[in-house]
Amino acid sequence: MADTETKALQDKEKAQVTSPAETTRPGPAFIPAVDIFENEKELTLLADMPGVKAGDLHIGIKDGVLTLSGETNPPEKPSEGDILREYRVGNYFREFTLSGVIDQEKIEAGLKNGVLRLILPKVEAARPRKIEVKSA
Amino acid sequence: MILRRVAGWPSWEMRNPFEELERLRKMLDSMAGGTLRETSSGVFPLMNVTEDKDNFYLRAELPGITTEDLDISVTANGIAISGKRKIPDAGSNAVYHRRERESGSFSRMLTLPGQIEGAKVEATMADGVLTVLIPKSEKVKPRQIAIRTM
Repeated sequence: MADTETKALQDKEKAQVTSPAETTRPGPAFIPAVDIFENEKELTLLADMPGVKAGDLHIGIKDGVLTLSGETNPPEKPSEGDILREYRVGNYFREFTLSGVIDQEKIEAGLKNGVLRLILPKVEAARPRKIEVKSA
Repeated sequence: MILRRVAGWPSWEMRNPFEELERLRKMLDSMAGGTLRETSSGVFPLMNVTEDKDNFYLRAELPGITTEDLDISVTANGIAISGKRKIPDAGSNAVYHRRERESGSFSRMLTLPGQIEGAKVEATMADGVLTVLIPKSEKVKPRQIAIRTM
């Protein structure tokens, strides 16, 4: 971990959603960068969604598909004129297929500093069990 | 194309195969002059700067960065932003499925097109977006000149 923290961050253009279905709201939609990791009890998903307020974040599960969508509003006032524009502001959208091991009833979500943290607990039966070998 | 692969796109196969086409389309769009062009300086974080009559506004998307990890200083006519993005360790027994978010340090300097009131600069952080309000110097603000009738 130590060497990754001293590494200089590179600028990265936001990846845009290229889905055949159009969104009802005009404007670009971006794919949030995510980290997903798993331990014995649960899966954790972290997604970068800067500019999204908790009320504008929608998390849905339907037919085993987890949908994350976040709406953003332009932070600029109409009276402001552009000098430099390096990034675009738009909505976020991403979908994941969940496997059967997730207990969909117990999913927890939290949004802090523009990062979504989603805890996806595993169902009891899917947790790994250690099988003891008895010596006869 | 080869250069880009060498320069560290480890997840090339994982990415959207149309991404390169999309990039090309955007480039052509911007050449046609239809949309506002984004010109990247190639330095993190990417910034948007706007102005109105009284202030400059500098904005940057810094998700997951707390105010303690961010350092903003004012120079003669510019702003310097540096900091560190930490990503907490997932724990020793965690297995990663995807790892797209990056941690690291950054430092960037931006010169504003005009004199600024350095002592009155204010910075706020909300929902992972940094906003720096930079008042323009009184000297450069447009002044209304009253015309006297003789």
